[in-house]
This record gives sequence, structure tokens and C-alpha cells, in this order.
Amino acid sequence: MKRIFLLIITASLFFVSCKKDSTTSFNSSVKAELSVEFDNVAGSQDLQLNTGKYKTANGDSITSITKLKYFVSNFSFTNVNGTVYTVPQDSSYHLVVEGDSSTYEPSFDIPEGEYKSVTFVLGVDSVRNTLDASKRTGDLDVTGAAADMYWTWNSGYIFYKLEGTSPQVPSMGGMGGNSFYYHIGLFGGKTTPTINNIKTITLDLTARGAPKVKAGKETNIHLMVDVLKMFSGANTVSIAAHPMVMTDAYSANIAANFTSGMFRHDHTEN
Amino acid sequence: MSIKRNTIIAIIFFLVGIYACKKEIDAPFVGFLQPANFPAPVYHFSTNNVTQAGFELGRKLFYDPILSHNNTISCGSCHIQTSAFVHPGHSVSHGIYDRLGKRNSPPIMNLAWSTSFMWDGGIFDLDLQPLAPIANHVEMDDTIGNVLAKLYKTTTYPALFQKAFGTPEITGTRFLKAMAQFMAMCVSSHSKYDSVMRSEGAAFTATEKAGYTLFQQKCAGCHKEPLFTDYSFRNNGLPVSGLNDEGRYLVTLDSADRYKFKVPSLRNIFYTEPYMHDGRFFDLDGVLEFYNSGVRNTPNLDPLLQQNGRLGISLSADDKTKLLAFLKTLSDRSFLLDKRFSEQ
Repeated sequence: MKRIFLLIITASLFFVSCKKDSTTSFNSSVKAELSVEFDNVAGSQDLQLNTGKYKTANGDSITSITKLKYFVSNFSFTNVNGTVYTVPQDSSYHLVVEGDSSTYEPSFDIPEGEYKSVTFVLGVDSVRNTLDASKRTGDLDVTGAAADMYWTWNSGYIFYKLEGTSPQVPSMGGMGGNSFYYHIGLFGGKTTPTINNIKTITLDLTARGAPKVKAGKETNIHLMVDVLKMFSGANTVSIAAHPMVMTDAYSANIAANFTSGMFRHDHTEN
Repeated sequence: MSIKRNTIIAIIFFLVGIYACKKEIDAPFVGFLQPANFPAPVYHFSTNNVTQAGFELGRKLFYDPILSHNNTISCGSCHIQTSAFVHPGHSVSHGIYDRLGKRNSPPIMNLAWSTSFMWDGGIFDLDLQPLAPIANHVEMDDTIGNVLAKLYKTTTYPALFQKAFGTPEITGTRFLKAMAQFMAMCVSSHSKYDSVMRSEGAAFTATEKAGYTLFQQKCAGCHKEPLFTDYSFRNNGLPVSGLNDEGRYLVTLDSADRYKFKVPSLRNIFYTEPYMHDGRFFDLDGVLEFYNSGVRNTPNLDPLLQQNGRLGISLSADDKTKLLAFLKTLSDRSFLLDKRFSEQ
């Protein structure tokens, strides 16, 4: 009897402490670090620059991926209580460069709390695309970090760049050999409307472990980014038919694949 | 006596010379001025205040071949001041290693009023314009990062950047702002036409006046005064060449823009040969005859060039003489020779 009593007390204490942990220990007026890791993969394999060999959904062979770069921006995080925290514009633009591990994990100071989803843009919004040159700093500097992610002749950022080789690339009169080039951009135009390939991606974080952001520790959301999904999803892309897509109407077909499962939440390190 | 006289004359000349030099040195720098008969500029001077040091740095960069991969081609190579900054005699310019482009180099003149740049309007901010020729494979074929690194290694540029921007740091933004200051300052507004419009004393001759009337009837629909362009993109019915340059379409991907190019200004037109986006006409007689009899009904031909069941614009020999007389009043020799815009 006494033992049962003790057990009940212990159990009650346990519940109380659990309750306290999940609801009352966050102070939303305090900010803490949350990093978002972009882990580039190709299907079920880790992405290996230059050496990895892969196959697309269309059955095309990729004999190498020589370059992968993309902009992620405009991050916001939704708390389990429904509050949305939007990262300030000035710290919301990141260029992920495969091969440069310092670019894989942008981190943000956000209010303490448990978060159920993350939203970000693959690309650069039209406001930043038309901003004065002096305000384009850091990863957005068109004379620096973003110099090869920018169309100088058709003002605008390239959002996503994938280059590599494939035997499916038709011979183009000796030009480029068997290289493919996917430079996907177009922000909708400043004065004349053009294609808008800016994509907003929202990922649920609850199924694979919601991040609990708290001062004194670093929480990490680990995302998998499957480059092969660029070739399928909304549209199956044939490398033979489209070995080079830049400022091109077909770019919209590829951009549609960005929101068809290319990004997924793998796990959270709390 | 005569020796003495010559000495006096020599002394006088010497003093006048000193005075002239002094005058030049003392002439205060005047920044951007909006001519009285021009609208307000569209360039954002609020984010790039023109200063003497900034303008002079921009000018030095404009004429410096260090901007190209092998240090042989400067902006001034294909934009020659005495031709209102075009490349006369070249349908398309030859850049680095004599590689040929596909379009005629446009004038650098009154760009502070331009709403877009290049024949297809692909660039929407004067600040961003220099990035294109630097990166273009057939023009300067370099990278902006490499150009900035080269400038940093010189003995002269860090000091010039310091003078213009306060510290010797050579950043991309400063580079672009200095170049924009130089280009925005290149204002041509002292033609006879301007003098007439501003009532500064000049008057049109009877032929020029008749030409002006014809111009207003037949040309002003696209070449809007006082800048002589409405900055729109139009297909003027040029036969499509083997190159099949689709113009504005390449920027907007809108099929309604196929074969459209920006309406060019007619200012200084007597100096900006050859004409059209691909420089296919070497004189104005060819241009006027094209509008009279050469316009083709290609896709998206401008409605103004197909009125009353006729392609083009009817121009008699007499019309052409009068129009040419008027167009000559758009020449601004002071702009072509202005030392402020020349290589120093």
C-alpha cells in the first residue's frame, strides 16, 4: 500500500515535470539558435561532386555532377501554438554551395519554443532582385558571392544551378561535350512580367521530430535535398531533350519539381 | 625693336596661357544637371550622389583595359566619344581576341533618363550595366571578382577609391557606383534643336522647320521628344537576318516580344552610324529608304508601321531631304568634344 502510494507520487511528479518541460519552460521573449541543415543527396546516396554516378527517373545516366548551388531565403518558423516567426530580411539569404561545408547550415536566432513547420523560398524574391546594388551584401553581392549566380545581361539572380555530364546530352557541334546546364532563375520581371520561378517550400517538422528551441543549446533541423527530384515530380525531365535550360520557358517545368518533394525533413537534433 | 615686340607678344601669350590653364583648374566641378527642356531623370541619384572624385574614378575605369581578361579592351574601345560613344563603322563590335558580338554597340548618352539598358532592355539599373560587358565572352570575358582583384593590386586605384569613397577599399558596389556616376553624367543637351526649344537664340531654317513638322507627323510616335525615344520595344519590320535575333523575347519569353528591340534615341544620329540593332545600315539614306520601302510584315510588326493598308512610312525624296535637315539639328558637337568625358 505504501509502495503504491509512493509510486503514485513518483508518477505524478513525473507528469508534472513532463508538463513543465513541454509547455512552460520556453520563454518566447528570449531568442535561441536554430540551424537548418541542407544535406544534398542524390536518390538514396549521398551526393558526391565530380565522382558520383546517378540515374534519373527518366532513366538518364548522370556520370558526374560538377556544380550545385542554390539560394534559400525568407525563412519563417511556425510555433506549435500557431505563432509565426519571420527571420529579418537582412539575415534571411543563404547560398548553399555543394563542396563548401560552411554554407550547408544557415542558423537563425528565433524565439524559444517548439516549432511545427519551416517555410522558406528557393530563390530570391523580386524585392531583393530589384534592390539598389549597395544593399546587395553577403551572399547577394552580385560582384562577389553571387557573381556566378546572376544573369548580368538579364538582370536577375539564378536561383538554382546544377551542372554535370551525361551521355544522354546530344552532341552540340562540339560545344560543351556531354555537359548539361540547368540555371533556373526568373523572378517575374521588374516592369514587364516574365516567368516567376520563385518557389515557397513549407515542411512539416512534427512527423520527424519537432525542434525545441531553447537558450543555451543549439537545435538543428536536418533537411535532405534530393537533386534527382529536379528531374521528376511535377514533370519528368529528359536530359536528351533539355540538356541546357537557362532563360527559357521550359525552366518553369523544372521549377515545378522543386516543390514536389525535393526537400524533406529527415530529423531534428534537439 | 622687332625682337622686343616679339618678346612682349610671347610674354602676353604666356600669361594668357597661364590664365587659361588656371581657369581650367579653378573651374568648379558641376555635378548632374537636368537640362531645362528635359524631364526629371529616372536614375536614382539619391543612392549615388555624383562627386568629382567618384565621376573621375568612373571615367578612369571606363577607359581602362584592365576591365578585360587580357587587359586589351576598355569600355571606350567600343564606345567612342566622338561618335556619341558608339563604335562607328562596325555593324557589330569586336571585343576581346576580335570576337564578334551580334548587336551594334549603343551610344552612352542621356542614360540617366533610360528606363532600361541594352537593345533588349535586359538590364534595368544603370548600376548593374557594367557587369554585362565585363562577363560577356565576346566583349571583355572576365569576371567582376578578377577585375576587382586586379584593381586592388595596382598602385593607383586604392588611392582613387579612397578619394571617392573615403577608404581605399575596392568593393564591387563602389566600382559600380563610380562607373554609373560617369555614365549618368554623359548628358547631351546642347544641340541646335535644344537651343531652339529653350529659346536660347537659335532658329530653325525653313527646311529644318519643314523637317520638324514631318518628324512630328511620321516619326514622333516612337521617337518621342525631347529624348527622341519613348524607351519602348518595337518590331520595326527589319527582314529577319540569318542570326534570327529575337530581341526582347529573349528577356521576357513572351512571344509577343519576338523581334522587338528598344527604340533608339535620334540625338547625335549623324554620328552614330551604323544603324539598327545589328548595324545593318551604314547611312541615314539607307535607314529612311528602309522605312519608305523596306519594312516587312514580320511577326509583331509595330501597328504604327502598318497603317492604311501600307507597310512602312511613305517618304518622298523631298521629305527625306527635309527630315535629314531636321535630324542634323540633333547633333551636339559640344558633347562629342567635351573634355570631361574624354580619356585623360
